[in-house]
Amino acid sequence: MSFLDASDMTGGYGAADILHGCTLKVEKGQIAVIVGPNGAGKSTAMKAVFGMLKLRGGHVMLDGEDITALSPQDRVRKGMGFVPQVNNVFPTMSVEENLEMGAFIRTDNFRPTMEQVYDLFPILRDKRHQNAGELSGGQRQQVAVGRALMTQPKLLMLDEPTAGVSPIVMDELFDRIIEVARTGISILMVEQNARQALEIADQGYVLVQGANKYTDTGAALMADPEVRRTFLGG
Amino acid sequence: MSTHQPSAAKGGKIRAPLLFAVMAVLIVFEGLTSGWNGALGIVNMGLISAILALGVNMQWGYAGLFNSGVVGFIALGGLAPVLVAMPPTPGAFAAGGWQILIGLMIAAAAIVLAVWLNGRLAGKTRALAIIMVLVAGFFTYRAVFDPAVAAVQAINPSALGYLGGLGLPVLIAWPVGGVLAAGAAWVIGKTALGLRSDYLAIATLGIGEIIVAALKNEEWLARGVLNVNGIPRPWPVPYEIDLQGNAAFVERAAALGLDPVTASTLLVKLLYTGLFVIVLGLLIWATQLALKSPWGRMMRAIRDNEISAAAMGKNVTRRHLQIFVLGSAVIGLAGAMMITLDGQMTPASYNPLRYTFLIWVMVIVGGSGNNWGSVLGGMLIWYLWIKAEAWGPQMMDLVTANLSEGVLKQHLIDSAAHMRLIVMGLVLLLVLRFSPRGLLPER
Amino acid sequence: MEFLNALVAILNYVVVPATAYGAQLALGALGVTLIYGILRFSNFAHGDTMAFGTGITIIVTWGLQALGIGLGPLPTALLALPFGIAITAALVLATDRVVYSYYRKVKTAPVILTMVSVGVMFVMNGLTRLLIGVDEIQFADGERFVVAARAFKTATGLDEPLSIRTTQVITVVVAGLVVWALFWFLARTRTGKSMRAFSDNEDLALLSGINPNHVVAVTWIIAAALATTAGTLYGLDKSFKAFNYFQLLLPIFAAAIVGGLGNPLGAIAGGFVIAFSEVGVTYAWKKVATYLIPNWEAEGLLQLLSTEYKFAVSFAILIIVLLFKPTGLFKGKSV
Repeated sequence: MSFLDASDMTGGYGAADILHGCTLKVEKGQIAVIVGPNGAGKSTAMKAVFGMLKLRGGHVMLDGEDITALSPQDRVRKGMGFVPQVNNVFPTMSVEENLEMGAFIRTDNFRPTMEQVYDLFPILRDKRHQNAGELSGGQRQQVAVGRALMTQPKLLMLDEPTAGVSPIVMDELFDRIIEVARTGISILMVEQNARQALEIADQGYVLVQGANKYTDTGAALMADPEVRRTFLGG
Repeated sequence: MSTHQPSAAKGGKIRAPLLFAVMAVLIVFEGLTSGWNGALGIVNMGLISAILALGVNMQWGYAGLFNSGVVGFIALGGLAPVLVAMPPTPGAFAAGGWQILIGLMIAAAAIVLAVWLNGRLAGKTRALAIIMVLVAGFFTYRAVFDPAVAAVQAINPSALGYLGGLGLPVLIAWPVGGVLAAGAAWVIGKTALGLRSDYLAIATLGIGEIIVAALKNEEWLARGVLNVNGIPRPWPVPYEIDLQGNAAFVERAAALGLDPVTASTLLVKLLYTGLFVIVLGLLIWATQLALKSPWGRMMRAIRDNEISAAAMGKNVTRRHLQIFVLGSAVIGLAGAMMITLDGQMTPASYNPLRYTFLIWVMVIVGGSGNNWGSVLGGMLIWYLWIKAEAWGPQMMDLVTANLSEGVLKQHLIDSAAHMRLIVMGLVLLLVLRFSPRGLLPER
Repeated sequence: MEFLNALVAILNYVVVPATAYGAQLALGALGVTLIYGILRFSNFAHGDTMAFGTGITIIVTWGLQALGIGLGPLPTALLALPFGIAITAALVLATDRVVYSYYRKVKTAPVILTMVSVGVMFVMNGLTRLLIGVDEIQFADGERFVVAARAFKTATGLDEPLSIRTTQVITVVVAGLVVWALFWFLARTRTGKSMRAFSDNEDLALLSGINPNHVVAVTWIIAAALATTAGTLYGLDKSFKAFNYFQLLLPIFAAAIVGGLGNPLGAIAGGFVIAFSEVGVTYAWKKVATYLIPNWEAEGLLQLLSTEYKFAVSFAILIIVLLFKPTGLFKGKSV
């Protein structure tokens, strides 16, 4: 069984469903990427996995345990880390305090984890006493990812981590994400920059209207002429 | 806004007539048990409260604007009967009246000039120029204004000591009161609207306090805490003493089995009631028309979703200013009517708990957004407010009946009068919590 | 000599009273700003919370005085203050449980919460009146002056007196301690940091596992403590009258907005800006001018505004800030 197994998810915010039997699976230490056109329900699928959306059908399993009924906070305790797309830092708190808040639920010593985050994002070590709100967009995203890593999650979920950053910063962020995956953390992310994201993806999901349209390895999807033509712009 | 979730009103069509009937029964019961004079007194202030509530409802119910300075607009409206209907003080204008007006005009000109400069200049010169204009304006104003005030206040200070009015019929003062309040509302709305919603609440809290402070202290204007008494009555309300001296009236009263004193007070009160009902009727007619017009629909659309209304090209701030000024005008009108009814201007009586927050309770209890609800809320809450004054001590007597005489008993009895604040607070909290749409929900 | 006299006059009539008043306003504004930052509404009941807390403190003070317990030269009220804070905190927490928590659950618009706080204000106002009445109460005991006017004149040989009341010194010292403790708490402790995080970004704070009920409860307790302390200091310095505390609402809100709503540092700065402007504008400068400009007799009192209009000063500053810098001198929330 996959590390994350979210199968046949059906649900939405109001009366109308947005997700129609959507299935997402991530293996241990692998990167899974959700791509698809606007309004396909990518972010909604992510929120459903994290428990921010009530499901009418389907279930979510993490490491073999059924977590469908848990609240987002409880899922964090079970080993999920979530980086929202916007408003993902505490702007008037220092970088270090942001990381501390990330570790809020931990009762053990989180200093080593903080050092790991600083090793992963060296720029944050330099700016540890600066307020997160004063950082550049790319640095803020690093703080956001770092904050989520502070709970030592087994699954890290990123909602469009590269939205609004320059291509150079985007490449750097993807490199870091690969590094995170190498430490054994599974990654599930939604991306607008489909082509670059699929390049680093072990598993790719193309969602259309809340359902899986294509599911394959990242490389296979990149090679699929149909996917290229319809979703990757040729 | 969560108070305005659309859902079918319970009771449907008969709900409003039923509740008004209950209100009428309460009044009749009051008349039968404690006398018609008192009952009519409650009706008259209840009608004024209803108009006040209508004004506040325009601001809160139609547009979601939080006006916490209602007391100031009421007081400003109350100034109108003094300025319009009192006889002019002989020699006041010669002594310093004109000079006072010139002083005020200097102050206004300085502010206008500062605002104009603010739009014209930039950077450091702007700040410097504005400060210089304001400082120079202020000192010139004080130099012109202060001696003139002293001169006016020196005229027969025990009875007059103020400018007096224009000596016109007091009915003219009613719309004038509305205009005065509207002017103040325009100034305050211009600054505080378009910012965060609470800013208006705090800014209006300030203007309310300042208007009342000005009325208390500017003796040349309306004698301050010395009060202005004997404001003329509006047509067609006569004086009791004249009625009692009128043989035909005394005879007709006797035919009805009434003594002349009671009959005259009742007739005077009834005539006031008639006048107030006419005004209230006109306002209800106008507000209902407005609420159902495209303008009213747009107001509610803005209230329910400001962002999407703004996205549709509606100038939200402008609409808010419009409704804020209109609502304040209605409040000012009611303020003028109240002073006319009382026949005297007593600035010290303008208490924010009574004249701002109690009106709020009326609007919320009646049903925000519903004009008829405001009328009902105004009448009902006024009735409760008056009755609670009597019920508090009665209840306290009951509670303390078994207590031995002593400090505690005396303290409890003394403080019973404050019970009604707690009661009003609880009513507001309970309605907001369990029936946020009020007695007569919108639509 | 003349210059020194002028300086002492300014100290005596402007700087000393405005510093004490500013400290009181700052404490009040801190409470308002904390509630705004965490619970996201303007709490109209704050003035009456101050009045209630002070009322309790006064009653406990009377009790202590009756038992013969005192602090010697310091006012007994300082000893009673912790009791006042505890009871006020209990009342405020109960209010939150019974009243406010429901609106948090249904996620009401802030303006409705403000309206709800008006209801709470009514009840608290009534409770305070029930408890202690509407009359003016003096409850400061102990030594009256730290620097007495006559002693100062004999010691320095100046014409102008300088008097510093014990209550003024206590106000500044206590306010300083409270502010230091609050800032230490917010900057250094886990709970304090979680409060800042909650104020900054509620959703992310929830995601990080911060317990909102805990944050809200701590906020109310701190607000009650600040309100009671501010109210008691104000009452010691001037006198206690329930209605005056309602009227303090305007300068307190003005201070919080001028500083930037939701910003604690701003609230303190705002408190002093308002206090110094209010005292400076309503002070009659004639005496100072006579000292400074020889051979000149001023015609009037050289008072910019009479003291009845002191609220107009808070209001004017509020309007200026709203016009030119709506988020306040220090950046506040713009929600």
